[in-house]
Amino acid sequence: MYDIIIIGAGPAGLTAALYARRANKKVLVLEAKSYGGQIINASNVENYPGIPNISGFDLATNMYNQVKELDTEIKFETALHIDEDKKVTTNKGTYQAKAIILATGAENRKLNIPKEEEFVGKGVSYCATCDGNFFKNKVVAVVGGGNTALEDAIYLSNIAKKVYLIHRRDNFRGESRYLSDIKKKDNIEIILNSNITKLNGEDKIESIEVTDKDNNTKEISISGLFIAVGQSPKNEIFANLIKINDYGYIESEDGVHTNIEGIYVAGDTRVKTLRQLTTAVSDGSIAATTAIKELRRDE
Amino acid sequence: MSVKKIEEKDFKEVINNKEKKVLVDCYADWCGPCRMLSPIIDELASEIDSCEFYKLNVDDAEEVSREYGIMSIPTVLIFKDGKEVAKSIGLKTKEELKEIIEK
Repeated sequence: MYDIIIIGAGPAGLTAALYARRANKKVLVLEAKSYGGQIINASNVENYPGIPNISGFDLATNMYNQVKELDTEIKFETALHIDEDKKVTTNKGTYQAKAIILATGAENRKLNIPKEEEFVGKGVSYCATCDGNFFKNKVVAVVGGGNTALEDAIYLSNIAKKVYLIHRRDNFRGESRYLSDIKKKDNIEIILNSNITKLNGEDKIESIEVTDKDNNTKEISISGLFIAVGQSPKNEIFANLIKINDYGYIESEDGVHTNIEGIYVAGDTRVKTLRQLTTAVSDGSIAATTAIKELRRDE
Repeated sequence: MSVKKIEEKDFKEVINNKEKKVLVDCYADWCGPCRMLSPIIDELASEIDSCEFYKLNVDDAEEVSREYGIMSIPTVLIFKDGKEVAKSIGLKTKEELKEIIEK
């Protein structure tokens, strides 16, 4: 029997584990993929107080090692089901706890159009800074309207021959300073009020079909499509039990308790205003200390 | 067996292996998911004898990247008799990769 099972080994989950182990709780961390969550994709993290510059990989690895050194049990298994009695079923076993912390994070939102998945790594990318260099002097497109899309377009304009920036609305949500930078670039072409409706190509992406609000379509030849339409959580497996909103995020009135007693939430996966490393580790510490306090009360 | 680092000029010779399958982990130093994958490749190399394991830094291998259509890293290429038989893109678990190698 574990005191606390933490689902997810990103910054929120690892911080929760750190606090829980330092309080001598018996902890199990479950992670479906690799530790670190989204931060491992960041080549430089420069907004974590006290550390002026570190790669996301190094920061995540430090967090992981810090937790491992406290003899924390971490299993790389996929959680498939949780129940009200705090029993967690994974692809490999079943584990019982007194409390559960859900720290499942978020992943890149998809366009959800045919061939998108098939073309990942074959021209479709969710990370311009990771994959941009493979598109030197090629024609690429960025889709999205927030800061990430605008930053990606600027970054890629320095590598690619031409960048189409496609957004479904008539203005961008991202900051105006990015927009003024974009307007100075003569190799970025903005296409507004338009959606990408089709991806074409045999074994890699060759062109996209773009449809505007009046239903006019046109085909644009590209070698790369960078999708920057935000994040989405993966909480379907908890939906039988845990209240989630229309976008899949876990609802919590106070930012730590879910609708089920003894099940807590932390990090990007909950409804919140700012999804950052700093707020994730904050959530993790609050979830763990709250769980510990309430376990003590029940004993 | 351990994982050997190769350069672009060694690539063709290395993949032309008549006895064993060959796995090439295409990576870059600045790529977080690649650094995540690296210890997994090391473990697989020590466990699987039917395959040789190599690492290639794509920043110094533009030709190979172009020829094998590498557009995202980490990309793991698997060869048999010099022919590409499998390609795995992105960070994978040890089990997933093992399955791809042994297929």
